[in-house]
Amino acid sequence: MMTRITRPAPPGPTDTAREGQDQGRARPKRRTRGGGLPVKPLVLTLYLVFLLLPIYWLLGMSLKTNDEILSTFSLWPIDLTFANYAVILSDPAWYMGYVNSTLYVVMNTIISVAVALPAAYAFSRYRFLGDKHLFFWLLTNRMAPPAVFALPFFQLYSSIGLFDTHIAVALAHCLFNVPLAVWILEGFMSGVPREIDETAYIDGYSFPRFFARIFMPLIAPGIGVAAFFCFMFSWVELLLARTLTSVDAKPIAATMTRTVSASGLDWGVLAAAGILTIVPGALVIYFVRNYIAKGFALGRV
Amino acid sequence: MQTKPVNQKAWFLVLPVFLLVAFSALIPLMTVMNYSVQDTFGNNQFFWVGLEWFEDILQSERFHDAFLRQILFSALILAIEVPLGIAVALCMPTRRFWTAVVLVLMALPLLIPWNVVGTIWQVFGRVDIGLLGKALYSLGVDYNYTQDPLSAWITVVVMDVWHWTSLVALLCYAGLQSIPDAYYQAARIDGASRWAVFRHIQLPKMKRVLLIAVLLRFMDSFMIYTEPFVVTGGGPGNSTTFLSIDLVKMAIGQFDLGKAAAMSILYFLTILLLSWVFYTVMTSGEGNGRATRRRGRADA
Repeated sequence: MMTRITRPAPPGPTDTAREGQDQGRARPKRRTRGGGLPVKPLVLTLYLVFLLLPIYWLLGMSLKTNDEILSTFSLWPIDLTFANYAVILSDPAWYMGYVNSTLYVVMNTIISVAVALPAAYAFSRYRFLGDKHLFFWLLTNRMAPPAVFALPFFQLYSSIGLFDTHIAVALAHCLFNVPLAVWILEGFMSGVPREIDETAYIDGYSFPRFFARIFMPLIAPGIGVAAFFCFMFSWVELLLARTLTSVDAKPIAATMTRTVSASGLDWGVLAAAGILTIVPGALVIYFVRNYIAKGFALGRV
Repeated sequence: MQTKPVNQKAWFLVLPVFLLVAFSALIPLMTVMNYSVQDTFGNNQFFWVGLEWFEDILQSERFHDAFLRQILFSALILAIEVPLGIAVALCMPTRRFWTAVVLVLMALPLLIPWNVVGTIWQVFGRVDIGLLGKALYSLGVDYNYTQDPLSAWITVVVMDVWHWTSLVALLCYAGLQSIPDAYYQAARIDGASRWAVFRHIQLPKMKRVLLIAVLLRFMDSFMIYTEPFVVTGGGPGNSTTFLSIDLVKMAIGQFDLGKAAAMSILYFLTILLLSWVFYTVMTSGEGNGRATRRRGRADA
């Protein structure tokens, strides 16, 4: 044992003292390195500043008047105004964008999770003809470039008369959200021991009753995470949503781009609209913070 | 791994998903297939042209350029985001409260609609009203993303780093969390250096999530469309025209359907190949813990 001699780093009195009691501790604190400077908090702070600065800038702009944005340069709004938000919340052309987006996103989330639940159960519990191929094929759709599908979707939904409806966008987003939901749910379901199913069947539960009463509560966090990710990916997608709508179901994201190109540049309103699109995500993220990595890894961390 | 029972009735459970995705995926793909082997003089009259469109695309300078730009972009993204993501993950605080705060703040860019991400950076980088553009301008840096290709590239890359590095960091953090404390204690007893701990304990344990992160980032950056489209519109010139932007230009801008369809198929095949790699990685490689453990102990 040449413990403390090998590395000069900063063993210090506290570290040496702690080392003795650490044996029984559940979570050892690993800190202090890099010669006294608090490197870790510094790196983290810099990174978070890098992340938040552009968002802050947008927020600041949304609270300024257009004159102030264009003429003066200040780090915070001097002439604080909520007029930009008032414009959005009073003009149907603007706020209907939010309503439309919310509608198709919610529809998509419900459809995706509803069809993915039984499928994920099948994948996690049984082997059947072509299961591996099917599972892979589903994944390829998550990876498919939306640009490839834009034009064919436009023709498909036009030909069946669904163009410019909310359900069209909801169905189109199923292309990548259903596979995602299946993968995430399968990951969570595989963590539930199969003995539970078997015991329930022996106790006389039918499959639907078992699924609704016993199994769904067990994987409730998984359902939440799957729903969250469907919501999120449907909310952030623009290319398909814009291609499939024109007036009645136009998403807020499309409203933003079109207003910019049409009537000059109203920076304040644009910024306010942008900030309002961030709000829903920011609200729900707190609830899934511990699962978000698992969701991005498609249920496989 | 336990073996699952064979049960063909499971197909009934999968059927809704199969039908739904088939409707959304197969029909459009067939449309694309159709266009890629036919030409038209209008009036819905099509005739067979075989593989001409594919030859056209494969020989066209424009496709080569877009493809090279795409590869360069994805390579840059990986080279920056992966190390940065690991670094950030290693710097995560240990206290519960701060971890929660940092996690939420970090995930924020991931939840912003992609065109708003574009808008944010479009505004942020403008020389007249943006913080970044103005700051660089007053420092005397010649930065203007609407005119200078290099500036445009830097803006697009930095924007993507801003947007997606947190994904890599989150995945790595999840990987780090799964390391039992016994490993660290063993390393301390052996007097392992910080670097040795990273190299022989943390890195092997992160391998799996890191692979997922790399593949996800590669594929998603490979089909990036909205963000650069909003910021630069593919310009100046064609300097930031990536594959998806080029494809949409061709299909919807110029209505060059045959060519666009042929390009779509090539594009899709590339993605398919990548997905296969991804799938192989995802579904294999469970239980490589034993090798790691041995290696973790070996260092002194």
